[in-house]
Amino acid sequence: MAYLTDRKRATGLGSAKSGTHHHWHMTVTSVMLLGLVPLFVFTLGTVIGEPHATVAAYFARPFPALVAGLALLVGFVHFKNGIQSAIEDYSHGLWRKGLLIATTSLSYTAAAVAIFALIRLAL
Amino acid sequence: MTLFTQWVYGEGKHPPGTAAHLFEELSVKDLDMADVNRGNRPLSPHITIYRKQLTAVTSILTRITGIGLIVGALLVVWWLAAAANGPAAFARADGVITSWFGKLVMLGSIWALWYHSLAGLRHLIWDSGRMLEISKAEKLGWAVIIGSGVLTLLTVAIL
Repeated sequence: MAYLTDRKRATGLGSAKSGTHHHWHMTVTSVMLLGLVPLFVFTLGTVIGEPHATVAAYFARPFPALVAGLALLVGFVHFKNGIQSAIEDYSHGLWRKGLLIATTSLSYTAAAVAIFALIRLAL
Repeated sequence: MTLFTQWVYGEGKHPPGTAAHLFEELSVKDLDMADVNRGNRPLSPHITIYRKQLTAVTSILTRITGIGLIVGALLVVWWLAAAANGPAAFARADGVITSWFGKLVMLGSIWALWYHSLAGLRHLIWDSGRMLEISKAEKLGWAVIIGSGVLTLLTVAIL
């Protein structure tokens, strides 16, 4: 007698061999960015082109700094996962591995630089 | 071939699912399909002569804007890092971002940002199982194109 349910027998037998976490992650970050992007555009946009003292004072305030930090952090992680799909669609083998490592490194580095800059401006 | 399969499928025949069986099933009519002068049946579309569809063009633009946004994003991160570094470094970054080239990149990034956001919203709508009919999907495509243009003009007017 088989005790396994049909659902349990089918789990993991799809071509992906794993769940849909990549798609779900893109969904979560895209919903976050739908809120963060307009906030970031209209806070950053007010100080681009202003003198250094104005910019430094603006990002020393909590709201613009948190919006910029969150938008760039979530944005770069969303970019990392989004470009992963593109790379996996168009490249194979060593090229694919190299491009994935390069774009992942670039995304985390850019996010780290942005957060370091914001902390330095805030302190 | 075992005696059993000979008994089931007949003398000299192979069981279904084997390549040998497929070959046995090929008739003279099937072999004619390999002839290039077989008449006017539809051919698979080739990318150079295929009429581009709105849904396909708006889809590939989603990917292009998403990848292209890295340029504006890195420029903004550099500008922020320069601001944190001090007035001298900031003057260099500010000079680049307010130059005609920097302004062009920023304008393009604003459009790409709105386009990618609206296209992402479209995917969220589709993921919920809504507006998947061709006529509605095409309406969403126009909404993304026109919406991104309107939002870009509004952003430039406000900022």
